Amino acid sequence: MQFSENWLRTFVNPPLNTESLGHLMTMSGLEVEEARPVAPPFSGVVVGHIIEAEKHPNADKLKLCKVDAGTGELLQIVCGAPNAAIGMKVPCAKVGAALPGGFAIKAAKLRGVESFGMLCSARELGLSDDHGGLLVLGKDAPVGMDVREWLNLDDISFTIKLTPNRADCLSLTGIAREVATLTGVPLTPAPLSLVPPTSDARRAIVLDAPHACPRYCGRIISGVNAKAPTPGWMKDRLERSGLRSISALVDITNYVMLELGQPLHAFDNAHLSGAIHVRFPRPDEELRLLNEQTVKPAADTLLIADDACALALAGIMGGAESGITLETTELFLESAFFAPDAITGRARAYGFTSDASHRYERGVDFQLQRPAIERATQLILDICGGTPGPVEEARADEHLPRREEIALRPERVCKVLGIQLDSLAMKELLMRESLQVRDLMAELRVLPPAFRFDLETEEDLIEEIARLYGYDNIPSLAPQGKLNMLASTESVRTDWDIRHQMAERGFQEVVNFSFVDAAWERDFCANTSPIKLANPIAAQMEAMRSSLIPGLVANLLTNRKRQQNRVRVFELGRCFLRQEQNGANEEVPGFYQPRRLAALAAGTALPEQWGETARAVDFFDLKGDIEALFAPRTLTFAPVSNPSLHPGRAATVFLDGKDIGLIGEIHPVWVQRYELGTAPVVFEIDLNAALSALRPASGEISRMPTAQRDLALVVPVSVPAVQVLNALHEAAPAIVREIVLFDVYQGKGIEPGCKSLAFRISMQDTHRTLEDAEVDGAISGLLTHVERTVGGRLRV
Amino acid sequence: MDNLDQLVSDARAAFAEAADGTALEQAKARFLGKNGLITGQLKALAALAPERKRERGAEVNTAKAAIEAALAARRESLREAELAVQLKADALDVTLPGRGTVSGGLHPVSRTLERIERLFQSIGFVAVDGPEIETDWHNFTALNMPENHPARSMHDTFFLEGQQNALLRTHTSPVQIRAMLAHVERYRGSDSLPDLRIIAPGRVYRVDSDATHSPMFHQVEGLWVGEGVSFADLKGVVADFLRRFFETEDLQVRFRPSFFPFTEPSAEIDVAFVGGGLDGRWLEVAGCGMVHPNVLRFGGIDSERYTGFAFGFGPDRLTMLRYGVDDLRLFFEGDLRFLSQFR
Repeated sequence: MQFSENWLRTFVNPPLNTESLGHLMTMSGLEVEEARPVAPPFSGVVVGHIIEAEKHPNADKLKLCKVDAGTGELLQIVCGAPNAAIGMKVPCAKVGAALPGGFAIKAAKLRGVESFGMLCSARELGLSDDHGGLLVLGKDAPVGMDVREWLNLDDISFTIKLTPNRADCLSLTGIAREVATLTGVPLTPAPLSLVPPTSDARRAIVLDAPHACPRYCGRIISGVNAKAPTPGWMKDRLERSGLRSISALVDITNYVMLELGQPLHAFDNAHLSGAIHVRFPRPDEELRLLNEQTVKPAADTLLIADDACALALAGIMGGAESGITLETTELFLESAFFAPDAITGRARAYGFTSDASHRYERGVDFQLQRPAIERATQLILDICGGTPGPVEEARADEHLPRREEIALRPERVCKVLGIQLDSLAMKELLMRESLQVRDLMAELRVLPPAFRFDLETEEDLIEEIARLYGYDNIPSLAPQGKLNMLASTESVRTDWDIRHQMAERGFQEVVNFSFVDAAWERDFCANTSPIKLANPIAAQMEAMRSSLIPGLVANLLTNRKRQQNRVRVFELGRCFLRQEQNGANEEVPGFYQPRRLAALAAGTALPEQWGETARAVDFFDLKGDIEALFAPRTLTFAPVSNPSLHPGRAATVFLDGKDIGLIGEIHPVWVQRYELGTAPVVFEIDLNAALSALRPASGEISRMPTAQRDLALVVPVSVPAVQVLNALHEAAPAIVREIVLFDVYQGKGIEPGCKSLAFRISMQDTHRTLEDAEVDGAISGLLTHVERTVGGRLRV
Repeated sequence: MDNLDQLVSDARAAFAEAADGTALEQAKARFLGKNGLITGQLKALAALAPERKRERGAEVNTAKAAIEAALAARRESLREAELAVQLKADALDVTLPGRGTVSGGLHPVSRTLERIERLFQSIGFVAVDGPEIETDWHNFTALNMPENHPARSMHDTFFLEGQQNALLRTHTSPVQIRAMLAHVERYRGSDSLPDLRIIAPGRVYRVDSDATHSPMFHQVEGLWVGEGVSFADLKGVVADFLRRFFETEDLQVRFRPSFFPFTEPSAEIDVAFVGGGLDGRWLEVAGCGMVHPNVLRFGGIDSERYTGFAFGFGPDRLTMLRYGVDDLRLFFEGDLRFLSQFR
């Protein structure tokens, strides 16, 4: 809601400067977003009357003017404006004047002729961008008067961010009422008088849908001059309230809407036939609107129609055919009340909004229709002339909103707000706001006025009391509650534990958008039908991600472009998948939204340094990171084929036999296509798996000496190490404490197609020293088992 | 007599001259070896008379002991010199950087969220989480925004293709509903509900993108429902939190009437810093209010018996204010040069 401060002060004029007034409104819930001066500061500019205007002797495009600026003598001023003409009244900056931007006017010689001042365009005064010529002031502008005073430029255009509950403040009257309540300064209402009809021209009105439109006032005014100019004061007020001046009749309807809050519509009466109907659409009805959009009104869109056809979308926008033009001489003026439910959301469905629908959706005072039509009639007669007919009013009282008394319990007010206030004080606060209050036993009964659509429940009144009492005056209390300790489970880690652990292992956390390019989903996730947004912000952000990995790859690209080649990033966030069957603990039917942890590493394994030989990060580096994340629990890995990963360097990750994610090197095809440089390694796992933890349990520590034996086994290259390790564990007797793979060798000394795996086997008993024979026996048992199960043999 | 003293002083001189272990062993052999001078003296004793033998023997042994002591002393000093050389050779350039990797770090907004969680945990709030694809009912209806409510249009909602009832949540407030329903379920059958205190950080989505708006951003929802929870408590908790978060008692905090369909009375919370670049400017950091009775009812809670407050902070904004970040978009670009500043 935008409005002029000076206009507001015609209704209520508290002894507050602009800033204090703004603060007052902000702190009562009418948040001032902007308080913009109507004109920038300038001084010394007065109304000048051009008495002579001749061609400049030395320049074709300049004029030599003699100007009466009320100084007692004519000022010679050189002027370049094309429209400068004798008799015109224009802004004249005298010598000594300061124009916007600090530009000082001095006596000067222009092309050899002296000039004592400057005639100004609107742009030169910072009033608009119009630089087509001098700003033309009215013929009645008093010569010598300060232009700021004549144009009423010492004004502020306030913009208020109005919350949807305060529809009553969508007018100057409403804001003035609020300011009057807050300051106690009396309110001067807009002049309202009954304009008696001077003709009996009338049009019948039929309320076909009385629940949607329970009150409709209409009036014919004939003989109007639609071409009459809008008075300057009205134009100024409209423009400073954010509305462009269009024509006198349109301006008047807008003016009354701003002044009182009642949207009005003017039809060209010559285009109407028969009675006015307020009804819902018939099948296949079409309507071309004032904004040139043609709509097929939906069944729940209320229409204004005559006997022949639809004329307007009720409370939203008029039709192009029946609208007034500069040629209109007879108009039919509408001032109606439409129920909020009948308007809400309709305009949006057609892709626009209007000042009228904005107000009707939120609630218009249902007692305002008659006063508003009288006020508009008076202004039309004053500005455009004409002969008014009687006001026709169609009403369905039973469908008008009802204001009902609301019970208010003073003790409830105190309980909710945490204040001590007696019912008398509450009553006083509410009555300041034109609410009717009476006592009933220990309660108050409150009747809100017709203009308040937001007061229906006790809570609404509690809020009013809080607002009027002042939020600042409510104490700030340290809350009291029962002190129960929060749970601290050892078997569940927090997100923060995971984040810190990842950070300690050298990864930087990132936060990527949850919507991505559908091509990423296709390339990296083999997902050709991702969940898509109906209204993405851009085409490359239309798909909901089903994996965190593409985002991390994009981070790599971003950073490579900025010469950051060693990239280690992780993200913890949700992924979005379709779920055809509803899962057991699914929060939103049809969607599976697991939280996951993913990491990417690219570039050198270690940061640039002197102490270690540089090498590229590889699969086993990242595998080490993920294993560390789960330690002391052990993960298992099995080769997997995944379209985004290198087929020979990718694995499914298992925890306790359950698939919890994957790890691998990005597929060379994507490395090349996306220009990723060296192949990045990634993992992505289910976050809940990472959050689970084991509670440690203490076991017996043996004091007996440990015996160690190394066992080098030669197996075919195709045999995974884990298979050999598993075989060893299967056959290991109880004395075997630990089996560590400490060497993998392939090459000279080992036949082609084979590799040597060397294990260090530690053995120990809890109660006695092991005999050599026992140890040797265990080793040979292991060897035999491995030979039999995986075809390995001892390296010699 | 004289020759023994001479022998001792010769030995001392010879040991002192020996520059290393080998030379010292040679010198030792000359005096104490099988054919050494002292050995010679001992052998010569055999020719002496018994009385003289004893006397002379004692003298020779004294000289021998003196020479052995000199030898040991010289050995020790040679060892020390050798160690000194070794240590000198071992010396490192201690100014070289340490070996190993460097730590990464948390995202700056995570850092903020962790602090927020900790602060609220200290007064008994539990962190909870909710889905980001949310039902229309949880995101709007249950929060007192029935279909066609004007406030819905202020939410610039992302909708999903072909979906009537699912959308990207526009705020973390639907977590309130989920938490209340779960709380009521947990205590079904008991005479009274214990206080429900939750904090719900997370990502939210709005169709909006410019220097100060991101289509995805963070919110932290807070909710306290219990018997006798009041607006004055809300003011106390929020003001306390803001002063702890910014670590200053000088912070000005104001509550300004506002409107949210799911709270009443509602307020916007502004803060103003004392000093610094933002001195005295009011900055909006949160919305809050008393939970609307309809919302409590949707959460299954008796709105007559229990009251509650809720608040929603913008942790992105708090992070910007706390660390002096001037462009919201930096949070979501993944630029390591920016992110690594918050280690």
